Amino acid sequence: MRAKAFQKIYCRLNNITKATCTLDATGVGYEEMAYVQGRTAQVVKIAGKSVTLQVFEGTEGLQNDAEVIFTGRAPWLPLSAHMAGRFFDAFGAPIDGLPAVEGREYPIGGPSVNPVRRKQPSEFIATGIAGIDLNNSLVSGQKIPFFADPDQPYNQVLALIALRAKVDKIILGGMGLTRDDYLFFKNTFEKGYGQSKIIGFINTTDKSPIEMLLIPDMALAAAEYYAVEKNEKVLVLLTDMTQYANALSIVSNRMDQIPSKDSMPGSLYSDLAKIYEKAVQFPDGGNITILAVTTLSGGDITHAIPDNTGYITEGQLFLRRSSDVNKVIVDPFRSLSRLKQLVIGKVTRKDHPQVMNSAIRLYADAANSKTKMENGFELSDYDRRVLQFAEEYSRNILAIDVNLEVEEMLEETWRIMSKYLSRDEVGIKQEFVDKYWVES
Amino acid sequence: MENKNIISKGKVTAIVGNLVEVETKGALIQNGICFFQHDGKEIMGEVIKTSGQTAYVQVFETTRGFKVGLDVHFIDSMLEVTMGPGMLTRNYDGLQNDLDKIDGIFLEAGSRSYPLENDSVWHFKPLAKVGDLVTAADWLGQVPEYHIQHKIMVPFKLEGEYEISWLADEGEYQLSDTIARLKDNNGREHEVSMSFTWPVKKAFRGYREKLRPGKLFETGVRVIDTLNPIMEGGTGFIPGPFGSGKTVLQHALAKQAAADVVIVAACGERANEVVEIFSEFPHLDDPHTGGKLAERTIIIANTSNMPVAAREASVYTAMTLAEYFRSQGLRTLLLADSTSRWAQALREMSNRMEELPGPDAFPMDLSAIIANYYSRAGYTLLPNGRSGSITFIGTVSPAGGNLLEPVTEATKKVARCFFALSQNRADSKRYPAIDPNDSYSKYVEYDEFIAFAKREISADWIENIEFVKYFLIQGNEIREQINILGDDGVPVNYHETFWKSELIDFAILQQDAFDAVDCNSPLKRQKYMLEKVIGLVRKEFSFSDFDEVRDFFKRIINLFKQMNYAEFKSQQFKDYEAQLEEYINQNVTVS
Repeated sequence: MRAKAFQKIYCRLNNITKATCTLDATGVGYEEMAYVQGRTAQVVKIAGKSVTLQVFEGTEGLQNDAEVIFTGRAPWLPLSAHMAGRFFDAFGAPIDGLPAVEGREYPIGGPSVNPVRRKQPSEFIATGIAGIDLNNSLVSGQKIPFFADPDQPYNQVLALIALRAKVDKIILGGMGLTRDDYLFFKNTFEKGYGQSKIIGFINTTDKSPIEMLLIPDMALAAAEYYAVEKNEKVLVLLTDMTQYANALSIVSNRMDQIPSKDSMPGSLYSDLAKIYEKAVQFPDGGNITILAVTTLSGGDITHAIPDNTGYITEGQLFLRRSSDVNKVIVDPFRSLSRLKQLVIGKVTRKDHPQVMNSAIRLYADAANSKTKMENGFELSDYDRRVLQFAEEYSRNILAIDVNLEVEEMLEETWRIMSKYLSRDEVGIKQEFVDKYWVES
Repeated sequence: MENKNIISKGKVTAIVGNLVEVETKGALIQNGICFFQHDGKEIMGEVIKTSGQTAYVQVFETTRGFKVGLDVHFIDSMLEVTMGPGMLTRNYDGLQNDLDKIDGIFLEAGSRSYPLENDSVWHFKPLAKVGDLVTAADWLGQVPEYHIQHKIMVPFKLEGEYEISWLADEGEYQLSDTIARLKDNNGREHEVSMSFTWPVKKAFRGYREKLRPGKLFETGVRVIDTLNPIMEGGTGFIPGPFGSGKTVLQHALAKQAAADVVIVAACGERANEVVEIFSEFPHLDDPHTGGKLAERTIIIANTSNMPVAAREASVYTAMTLAEYFRSQGLRTLLLADSTSRWAQALREMSNRMEELPGPDAFPMDLSAIIANYYSRAGYTLLPNGRSGSITFIGTVSPAGGNLLEPVTEATKKVARCFFALSQNRADSKRYPAIDPNDSYSKYVEYDEFIAFAKREISADWIENIEFVKYFLIQGNEIREQINILGDDGVPVNYHETFWKSELIDFAILQQDAFDAVDCNSPLKRQKYMLEKVIGLVRKEFSFSDFDEVRDFFKRIINLFKQMNYAEFKSQQFKDYEAQLEEYINQNVTVS
């Protein structure tokens, strides 16, 4: 978003806060982009002649006679097929040392898709991770976050899924990434795909946090370009959305808005929904799938950020270290993919839904038995068998380093169930038990 | 919004988000509609506050690019919907634009479309005759529309009594044709066509009286119909944390409920959920009429990424359409998912207006707004002596799953059925996750329902429900004791009680919404299964240890589940039933 032809230069700021500045100007459009002493800014409030600008790079060192130039247009991004393999900052300028991309300029944060033009998501995205494919299947056009504590390896899992998923483009929106994590993503993708698939919009922690407010819109404008104009399957990775929400609260605070729960702006739900709802299956085959990360504080999902996110996204995935087998697993209890019903037993084998449910029910029984054991109660024969089941299930199925096709996951689950339980105890429809039960 | 009468013009003076201040010299109407003349398009807004000659307008679409000085036209009406034959199967946005008629993949600002087809042709059959005295909502005639006889009514806006001076003969007419002329007290004639308008925020009161509901409204969901029944014209709400199955439950209700017309207001929720309805309902059969589900359904889609201000409008639009169908003597089901999103839209606006906030920054009058809205549902006696109903079920998305937040609390005061979704049940995949102990239906205490149940279901129905509810509480208490004391710490007969309550849970409460058979359980089947389960629960067994209890009941539960998956009274069903009887008889001691 570099400066273009402009009309008028102002040079008198009436008011400067940490994130905004106010000046008298006329003929300014709402949400228009501007430059304040060369820094990118956006109109967030107009009251008569007084115009408030949100300065993305921060206001430190701004002079009250700073030169302000209005661009006359909402934020935009030049897009072209040459973006693949490139990394950009929050303003769409390259950060990989290569020249800027020329292309048609598209407004970012554009209108929403007419719901009747959407198609029902129906393509199964295999990741090889059973905690996802078997228990919480990912579907193209879906939006789903990882709810993870900061110490969990969510970025690694995100990268792993991106490498395995069969999609045309991967767009990474990095918000508040440490430089180390940015380089981790860059190197991992370069090793996996070369220059063909990945596009990054990155805000690292050494930049102003307000800048990251542009990242999701940038990443999703690019995603819409590839999905609509090229009919491609695009996977968008957004990490970390908690940082994004925190940046929102900083701005709303500076604008004297009344905070709602957890000091978040009252519009948090709508702000997040505008981003996540860009996930879509278009009628002509292109689609946008969003895989995000929402970091939690001490696993608290009742905090306003994960809470609002959970109501918007189509499920959520939890990572957890299983103490039984000392491996990171996708937690089968708390994780949920709302769209899995569209593919399991339809795209995948018919017994998939029932096998999934019964294995999780048995895993839950095992958790109860474990509590009994820890409390010093005598275990029944059933307790012991479900505990054994759970251990093997964690090791061979749930651990994220296991890489299997869905069919293999089903076979393996049947094998483990048959090994430790009786036909009555699994509670699966007779026809499937007859077909898949493994006699020892 | 066809004929707009501009009452005044003004200019924009300030913009924050979708709240815009407009200066005008002319007249202003509170909640009046205005149009911003932006970039060759008309962007709609609603006056939500006036102060001197300044109007505070909430804009229903994006305000991107708005400038100070922009021209604004105020019109003489509030937000209105247009109603008439041809609404069934349609997908509207919150302002009743027909989404299918809007071109392009994206909803560009300023796109609007008419909700009906003015040139559509209907076969009109008069129901009244010349000389009849009529008032608003009286039936003039009817036109067939799918499975219903769509009543052509005296426009809701006509006040007082009119004499029919001319009425069209039976035949084919276009929607916009005059089908009647009505003479008022002053001898002035009013031409009436098959469609008319009504402001959404005003409740329509053209009925004789509202009665206490007492007729069971069948939903096909066992835990609702059997344990927490809702009535025709009743109200209920479903609060639950995310992931507890609110939407799946709402969809099940939309598919199976015994309603003539279903209106689904997708208010600030996920777009893909609406897409599910769009793509599935045209192909699914309506279990009650044999037509397609889409033919009895109207969708009001204002999903979470669509403009926030229109979210508030969407629930009112949906309620007004429901009132229109109720006036035709139809059983109307209105589902709103989710009323919390609507409350949040109110909060965003109240915040931008810098009003002093109430609890959790919601506006102070939130509970009054919610109460007022729920009061528009109900079972009504129409002017012609027939009855019609709006059964309303809303979902609530409590922040953090905490039921002590303002929206849940305000709703609990007014809704008569409480279907509490429990995280624990959802986590252990016991769906639908309606908590049997926390949930309630106030209607079980209504004399009207007690009489209905005795007459239409069975003499001991109410006692059976109470018995089952009580047993579930006992089972829950024993579960906690076992958790504390261990399996050995309680007597074997405690285990028996616990497992009997598990049987009720698995056979009655749990239901597979994704199984073609189990998803919908008609009342007859529910009665049969309930009596079967109660029969077993009342039997006494003598087990030597708790392992034996568990093994026995696991087997029983499995057989009940297989029965639930089988077509009612099919050979397969009977086979499982026979196996069940045989197995029970082997183990029973006293019967």
